[in-house]
This record gives sequence, C-alpha cells and structure tokens, in this order.
Amino acid sequence: MNFTATIHVRPKDEVRDPQGEAVAGALRSLGLDIADVRTGKEIVVRFSAVDRASAAREAERMGDQLLANPVIEDFSVELG
Amino acid sequence: MRVAILRYPGTWSERDFAHAFSVLGVEHEIVWHEDADLRRFDAAVVPGGFTYGDYLRAGAIAKLSPATAELRRAADEGMPILASCNGFQIVCEAGLLPGALVRNTGLEFRCDWVTMRVESDATPFTAGALGELLRMPIAHGEGCWVADPRTLARVEDEGLVALRYVDARGSATPEGNPNGSLGNIAGVRNPQGNVVGLMPHPERCVEPLLGGSDGIRMLGWLAASARPALSTIS
Repeated sequence: MNFTATIHVRPKDEVRDPQGEAVAGALRSLGLDIADVRTGKEIVVRFSAVDRASAAREAERMGDQLLANPVIEDFSVELG
Repeated sequence: MRVAILRYPGTWSERDFAHAFSVLGVEHEIVWHEDADLRRFDAAVVPGGFTYGDYLRAGAIAKLSPATAELRRAADEGMPILASCNGFQIVCEAGLLPGALVRNTGLEFRCDWVTMRVESDATPFTAGALGELLRMPIAHGEGCWVADPRTLARVEDEGLVALRYVDARGSATPEGNPNGSLGNIAGVRNPQGNVVGLMPHPERCVEPLLGGSDGIRMLGWLAASARPALSTIS
C-alpha cells in the first residue's frame, strides 16, 4: 500500500531558535504584535508499507533515526 | 603511526589536514567514505566541510555513511579520533559525542580566530596541555554547541569539556564566545577520551605562515608516537 507521511520537525522548547528570533523581529517590523516565533521544517515522504500500522511505525523510524535529531528537535507525523 | 583522513561528499578540509600532517611528518591517507576500512590505521580525523550540502542538518546524512559505522567501531576499540568543524557535527549526529551543533546565535557565518582553554587533558589530542590557551581559526555558521540540561550537567561534571572559548584575558566570557555555545564549550570528548570534537580548525594553524601554529599542540603528538616496530615483537 502507498502512504504519504508528513513529518513536522521543530526545535525543542528548551533549545534556542535564533532563526525564529530573527523572523520574530522581522514580523514585528511589519507592525504586528508578535510574542514568539519558532521555526521548523516539514518533510513529505511517499512510500510503501504492508499496512497502515507498519506505515506509522516506519514513519516514526524516519523521524527518530534521521529526520529529527532527538538531542535538539521534536517531531510529529501525519500519515495520509 | 598512520592517520586516516575521512572524505565524505562535500568534505573540504581533508587536503588542509593532509598538508598539516605533511608539515608535521605524519604518515597519512585521504580515505573515501565508502571505502573506509580503518583497521589499516592508528588514528582518524573527520575534517570540516559541508557534507551532503548540510541538507536536513549539518552532519545528519553523513551519519548514515559506511565511514561513520566504521568510525563507531574504531571508537569503541579505542582509536584516537579527532573531528573538526563539520566532522564534529557528524560525530555528534552519530552519537559518538554528546550534544548537537546548531545555528550560531548571531545567525552569522563566523570566519575568525578564537582563543580556547584546554579543559581536559585526558585525551591524546590535549595530553599535557591542561589550562593552556590555544589560538585557532574558525569558519562555521552552525557551531553553537547545545545539549539538554541533564546532558550539559553530565558533560561538565564528568570533565567531558575538552576546550572552552575564552576571551583575550583567558576568561570564558560572552565576548570570547563566537557562536553562543552553552558554557562556552568549543570542544568535547567521549568518556574514554579517545574521541575529541571541536569547531575550530587545528589543521589550518600548523605553521607561522598560516597565522599561527597552535594546531601542532593538538596534532604534533601523532608524529612523536610511532607504531611499535616489528623487531620489538619476539
């Protein structure tokens, strides 16, 4: 079966995100009342797996072993 | 003593290391990451660069290379391994050293000289240099060393900080910190002491012509410790 996993990767809350801070400053320059910005990335993977449960496990493994670094990042998976 | 200099796609400092080892009289070989067999060597270096274009995260894709698996095996067996700049990022990604390297807090790519204080001499690369100040060049955009509070505490408590950025007076101040690294940490070691990673470039300062020669302090011992001669084995 074919699946599409959308993996969202974000810096952990306790890890400083200088990119987010720069973006926050830029958004404030638009006159907006910005409290905080966190940046991350979205990775979309199309793949095959025997069933939905295996697909979910494999997508977790992608996040765990490569797409996110558990030292600094959290990730979440949407399976479609 | 024969040193392997690993080259991944996008490594760019391997020839600087080769030149440094030529200057120091250390036998060396640049080894392509897919052919890495470190059993022929006594030590290894993981040079700087932009492996795999820094895609995903610096060092993230290189950690899945056959060379990194071989590095892990050699590290477990106690081989001295020095990882600089992108090499440091790779071995952190691979879990050989604690922490991770993220975007410099100032968001700038820093190309400059820094001063570091040797905080641990329990590694071959810093033996006998405890407390010494070393001046070396840096060239990185993602050199801010971070770790979760528990890991940071462990690194500090167990003496795994190998090198710390300091200012001109030798103090670990924000002024001396080029990238925002936690605790001004410039380099760390593993608990065994055989693996050391740092953001600065020891290979780019081994002769006065290059603006400094403190790299000899880190690499020079390789020239002194020759492989035991066969004639000594009875």
